[in-house]
Amino acid sequence: MPLLSVTDLRTYFHTRNGVYRAVDGVSFSVERGETLGIVGESGSGKSVTCYSIMGLIPRPPGRIESGSAMFDGVDLLRCSPRVARAIRGRRVSMIFQDPMTSLNPYMRISEQVIEPLLIHGRTTRREALVRALEMMEAVGINDAAKRIHYYPHEFSGGMRQRVMIAMALITRPELLIADEPTTALDVTVQAQILDLIRRLQSELGMAVIFVTHDLGVVAGLCDQVQVMYAGRIMETAGAEALFHGPLHPYTRALQRSIPALQPKGRELFTIPGLPPDVSKPMPGCAFVARCEHAAEACSAAVPALTEVSPGHSHACVRVLSGEIGEGA
Amino acid sequence: MPDNILELRDVRTYFPVHRGFLVRRQTGAVRAVDGVTLSVRRGEVLGLVGESGCGKSTLARTILQLVPTTGGMIILNGRHLGEATRAEILAERRDLQMIFQDPYASLNPRMTVHATLAEPLLVHGICGPGEVQGQVDELMRIVGLAPRFARKYPHEFSGGQRQRIAIARALALRPKIIVADEPVSALDVSIQAQILNLLSNLCREMDVALIFIAHDLSVVRHISDRVAVMYLGKIVELGPAADVIDRPLHPYTRALVSAIPVPDPRIERTRRRIVLAGDPPSPINPPAGCAFHPRCPHAVDRCREAVPPLVPAGPGREAACIRLAELPPAGS
Repeated sequence: MPLLSVTDLRTYFHTRNGVYRAVDGVSFSVERGETLGIVGESGSGKSVTCYSIMGLIPRPPGRIESGSAMFDGVDLLRCSPRVARAIRGRRVSMIFQDPMTSLNPYMRISEQVIEPLLIHGRTTRREALVRALEMMEAVGINDAAKRIHYYPHEFSGGMRQRVMIAMALITRPELLIADEPTTALDVTVQAQILDLIRRLQSELGMAVIFVTHDLGVVAGLCDQVQVMYAGRIMETAGAEALFHGPLHPYTRALQRSIPALQPKGRELFTIPGLPPDVSKPMPGCAFVARCEHAAEACSAAVPALTEVSPGHSHACVRVLSGEIGEGA
Repeated sequence: MPDNILELRDVRTYFPVHRGFLVRRQTGAVRAVDGVTLSVRRGEVLGLVGESGCGKSTLARTILQLVPTTGGMIILNGRHLGEATRAEILAERRDLQMIFQDPYASLNPRMTVHATLAEPLLVHGICGPGEVQGQVDELMRIVGLAPRFARKYPHEFSGGQRQRIAIARALALRPKIIVADEPVSALDVSIQAQILNLLSNLCREMDVALIFIAHDLSVVRHISDRVAVMYLGKIVELGPAADVIDRPLHPYTRALVSAIPVPDPRIERTRRRIVLAGDPPSPINPPAGCAFHPRCPHAVDRCREAVPPLVPAGPGREAACIRLAELPPAGS
């Protein structure tokens, strides 16, 4: 049984300007110890997916319209707040994008790092501080004994993200949700943080959901990758299959527009147009307006995510019917 | 006419650090740009890379005379900007334009696209009020926006479209050089490709030199002819873009290149990464000698003694490291 199994999740935002379907029928599962990458452009619904699982969607305007998120037999979307609180922050933790704003500037680092232990565990303050110190050392903060009593502003961006990781992992969660944890950081610091997540994952054996817009980060870190667009999953595959045999036209177009994969000097491939407005109804495929292979059938119905080989699914009717082949 | 459109000679920009409230004393200086010598040729794309805080944005602002220089010379079109009067700088600005990182913050929200693009034309007296409309339409067409959007406000456009407006504004005065500070960092991959194509085509067609500042090395490699790598206010390596990024010489460039994740799981699994320890040191109190020595895997005692100069290292290449000859070959 998978550790987390999300089925047909729909999170809509009801605003004065209409209903924004931020997440529109997303299903996936994460096995114990596995790393799932969720990639997509801004507005594709990848963060809202994670926030929905964690119960962090502001209501109103947000509302979870349908779906379930089964975590070890408990539906995180429907359980009582008490049950959710017992899981959240203890068995499922989250790291946020911006280490500058997600720590409380008025609290010492030590207080923030031990907070999850004091809330969830039956540990004393003293024991918690010992654990916090171990954790700070594990995430590579030098001179931790002294710096644990500092305030967040006394740390650099990379150090604050390490503190966030220490805080998230201090309860030894079974699932870590990392929402663009390295986007705000420099590449050299990003390399340090990715190394750290990889190492701690193998030590603690936890599952990781890693949200990012950077295909490069996904390639080195994830076992399974799912590509989101306009609130829907376009394709999901093992990392190797996704990078070397992408099937969905959106995944292919995305890959062709990355400078790193193109010969120098050549004009970059561009996806024409803009992502669709998710407040307007989309009766067909979300990518239809920008797709070079779009046909009439694409606008007729929302294409279902169909498994074509073990672990590899996509939602394109034309690829499925064989009208566009591999490498088209 | 000189072949170099812009020349920087030992440019330094320091920001004073004060202490005390009643008796304010200068206790030090942030050496944001610390002795940069660089030249930009006509129509060339020069990439400028480095981590945040390395001084690349300050260097851009210094070139545009938006912050005062502490020392050194900036020579544009053969004229030393440091000695020019305000009126002369204003005149030279026609040749020198800037595109900023955040297209949400760099356009005036109360000005329509038409007003934004007409302003430089009128301020510099490029054309009379009667010809403005035609010029604005032309600029919008060049950057791929329909002229019928001219009466819209910035909030009605997407990020990519706003960056197109910013590019049109920079092109309005037909400059000889554009400084673009992280112009695509705030954009999504698919939009980023559109803007990169636009910038490189425009520079080629209009013969404009471009200083392209970015932290994404793959983007810089794609668009630039030459690349300069900055660390703590100094240039540590300079050379043709593909050479510097594919076969880096300076230990810092090597670490920077190896830190970039490659979008290919097969390569990612096998390649070795040089993970640097710690953060860049403070530019208020830079380490003695080579500023990179505390994080450098190849540092020896000699590295702490003197600041290494930028010396020739292969065809068209320069690097500032005293141990270049002793390091293992680049790219291994």
